[in-house]
Amino acid sequence: MAIREGVFSVIISCFKRHGAVSISTPVFELKETLLGKYGEDQKLIYDLADQGGELLSLRYDLTVPFARYVAMNKIKTIKRYHIDRVYRRDQPRMTLGRYREFYQCDFDIAGEYDPMIPDAECVRIVYEILSQLDLGSFIIKVNHRNVLDGMFEACGVPPEKFRSICSSVDKLDKTEWEEVKKEMVEGKGLEEAVADKIGEYVKLSGHFELLEKLMSDMGLTAVASARAGLEDMKLLLHYCELFGVLDKVSFDLSLARGLDYYTGVIYEAILTGDATMKDGEVPAVGSVAGGGRYDGLVGMFDPKGQHVPCVGVSIGIERVFSILESRAKEAGGKGIRTVETQVMVASGQKNLLEQRMKVCTLLWNAGIKTEMLYKRNPKLLNQFQYSEREGVPLLVIVGEEETVKGGVKIRDTHTREEDFVEMAALVPELNKRLAECQHSERV
Amino acid sequence: MATPSIQEQIKAQGEVVRQLKKDKAPDEKIKEEVAKLLELKKLVDDGKSSGQFVLKCPKGTRDYDPFQMAIREKVFSVITSCFKRHGAVAISTPAFELKETLLGKYGEDQKLIYDLADQGGELLSLRYDLTVPFARHVAMNNIKTMKRYHIDRVYRRDQPRMTLGRYREFYQCDFDIAGEYDPMIPDAECVRIVFEILSQLDLGSFVIKVNHRKLLDGMFEACGVPPEKFRSICSAVDKLDKAEWEEVKKEMVEEKGLEEVAAGRIGEYVKLNGRLELLERLTSDERLTAVPSSVAGLEDMKLLLQYCKLFGVLDKVSFDLSLARGLDYYTGVIYEAVLTGDPSKGKEGGVPAVGSVAGGGRYDGLVGMFNSQG
Repeated sequence: MAIREGVFSVIISCFKRHGAVSISTPVFELKETLLGKYGEDQKLIYDLADQGGELLSLRYDLTVPFARYVAMNKIKTIKRYHIDRVYRRDQPRMTLGRYREFYQCDFDIAGEYDPMIPDAECVRIVYEILSQLDLGSFIIKVNHRNVLDGMFEACGVPPEKFRSICSSVDKLDKTEWEEVKKEMVEGKGLEEAVADKIGEYVKLSGHFELLEKLMSDMGLTAVASARAGLEDMKLLLHYCELFGVLDKVSFDLSLARGLDYYTGVIYEAILTGDATMKDGEVPAVGSVAGGGRYDGLVGMFDPKGQHVPCVGVSIGIERVFSILESRAKEAGGKGIRTVETQVMVASGQKNLLEQRMKVCTLLWNAGIKTEMLYKRNPKLLNQFQYSEREGVPLLVIVGEEETVKGGVKIRDTHTREEDFVEMAALVPELNKRLAECQHSERV
Repeated sequence: MATPSIQEQIKAQGEVVRQLKKDKAPDEKIKEEVAKLLELKKLVDDGKSSGQFVLKCPKGTRDYDPFQMAIREKVFSVITSCFKRHGAVAISTPAFELKETLLGKYGEDQKLIYDLADQGGELLSLRYDLTVPFARHVAMNNIKTMKRYHIDRVYRRDQPRMTLGRYREFYQCDFDIAGEYDPMIPDAECVRIVFEILSQLDLGSFVIKVNHRKLLDGMFEACGVPPEKFRSICSAVDKLDKAEWEEVKKEMVEEKGLEEVAAGRIGEYVKLNGRLELLERLTSDERLTAVPSSVAGLEDMKLLLQYCKLFGVLDKVSFDLSLARGLDYYTGVIYEAVLTGDPSKGKEGGVPAVGSVAGGGRYDGLVGMFNSQG
């Protein structure tokens, strides 16, 4: 949980840095709301039992609820983030971070705007988050639905096979081309010559030079929608350069995202760290974020079919957690505190419970994070050990002698030095030392 | 309106079926492909034939808009800071539990639990609170001591009353201390925490009522309530925060078959509240202290009030004999914090700062229910 809190904090700061508000939706939706939105994945939705009321299902993602929210409230523009859990009756693979209940961190911009500006900001946001989370090297692949479709048309794929061939191309991130080609030809009945042409395209990736090459490709630019897609990509790459992220971006023709509702640019961010990590450690490789433009989804909910175009990204946070958790374990769990306690109020002599409680009250009133053991007469050693184990930096020790003198002792957990301090000076002295601790931690 | 792709799929599948029929393919094969076609069509039809576009949240739930989220964030921030100030760790549990985990824990409220459909796997239910999952977590991980907070949503198929803040999906912020410790110290820290949170949230005046399960039971025994009626009479007393004594007494006598004399004696006790002076009075009450359970309860309460004084919160605490919390699993001290603002203040439509805002108590037997070794 401590790791998770740190990750959420980085992500939320980034979303806020870009002016996003947050909303929240219920964990379940009316069953009808989710019907017909996920294609074949429909079967992975958890339904609630029919207990005599409305038929409900647990949300499968945060995007469809978002579209429902936008349509329901007749919103024209909104830039929102939403971090919450979603539910899929998948085959769980816990070690690979594939669960049936998992977090999604979504950022979406809804509204009619000038082309590609919000789309580019999404790329910038992914860039900021992945950089700050310190997960190693990464790239952000980009492609465009219209370019993909145009590519299929130019290669001679029959229109009714577009989606099916597209989902084969989608497998290229995990499978070799030969295998994918075999699936297209034998499994999906595509002509081999056509498949080969596709093969020539999908191995291409780059930046402006690729764009130039495709713009002079007669077969491709004969298709109007492909031309439009390439115009969009030109703007996108240009804006990415202005946003300082182009070196991490890769215009990649093999990128084809699963969901049917994408209508424009599509992205996928991949960690490219060293796959040969130590035994048991989760390697910092694989997909960690994805998204794209989906202009038709809100209209599906609106009876007047009002058009609210959307673009967004989703951060695959469970993968991030796995990586950071295993990294922390390798490092012996150092640097991750589960409690934030700053002071332990202790005593070694008997009958000092009252004093300890009064000191706790004084420190809590001053906003200092303070604990004491729930024993009338605890052993000093246990209190020292607790502080060391949990990383509590300071102890305040109550003693008979010190009470007579009108004060207490402050003990530094790390150096084990002890100093007497008068009650009136206790809070200021603690605050001073705690500020110093924090400073040295940062250094 | 269906996505072009589903329509394309339907078109494609239609072609497949037509071709098979043309080729006089085996019946089984045709049937198979037709079934696929119907499935696809269903996806489109369900969108259409439900008539309208579905634009609502499930009954008893709502979205939070950005304004509400901003307020919520602030409140969570105050609460979380307080929990952390007292050295609590955070844990999280899934939104659903195995159905068996939740069975038999909530008494009559069992019927308010949301079940998930039987889709061929484990039988699941949405969590009803955060306490039973906590006990399950502690037992499952063989944890001996833990001080944890957990802020998350829970689910109850209640009759929703949105304007009164009663929803079917709502947040709970729980703080719990598990472990064997010297008596009443953690219990008093819980009171201190409620005090800090309610003070910082600036909700106006409040009082933290405290009582003790053993004292309640002892009181019932001393008044002549038959043991088998304890829980039932207890839930009648629980209604005193909303109903007048005469009404509650009537329920005890007429509906629950209590002797009027016994009810009368209960009436003498439950009107009492105070602090150390009340404790003194009860400690010298011979009828009450003849019952061992009352004595144990009173000793705990004495410690609690003393510790509350040391924690600087006694002036907000009220030892109140009419406090009786609903749930069966409480075994010791029970608390309830109530806002006592002026209900006639505040403009129309504003939510008055009155009513119960926090509650809890000691529950020593719950983890044992999950642990086969108890």
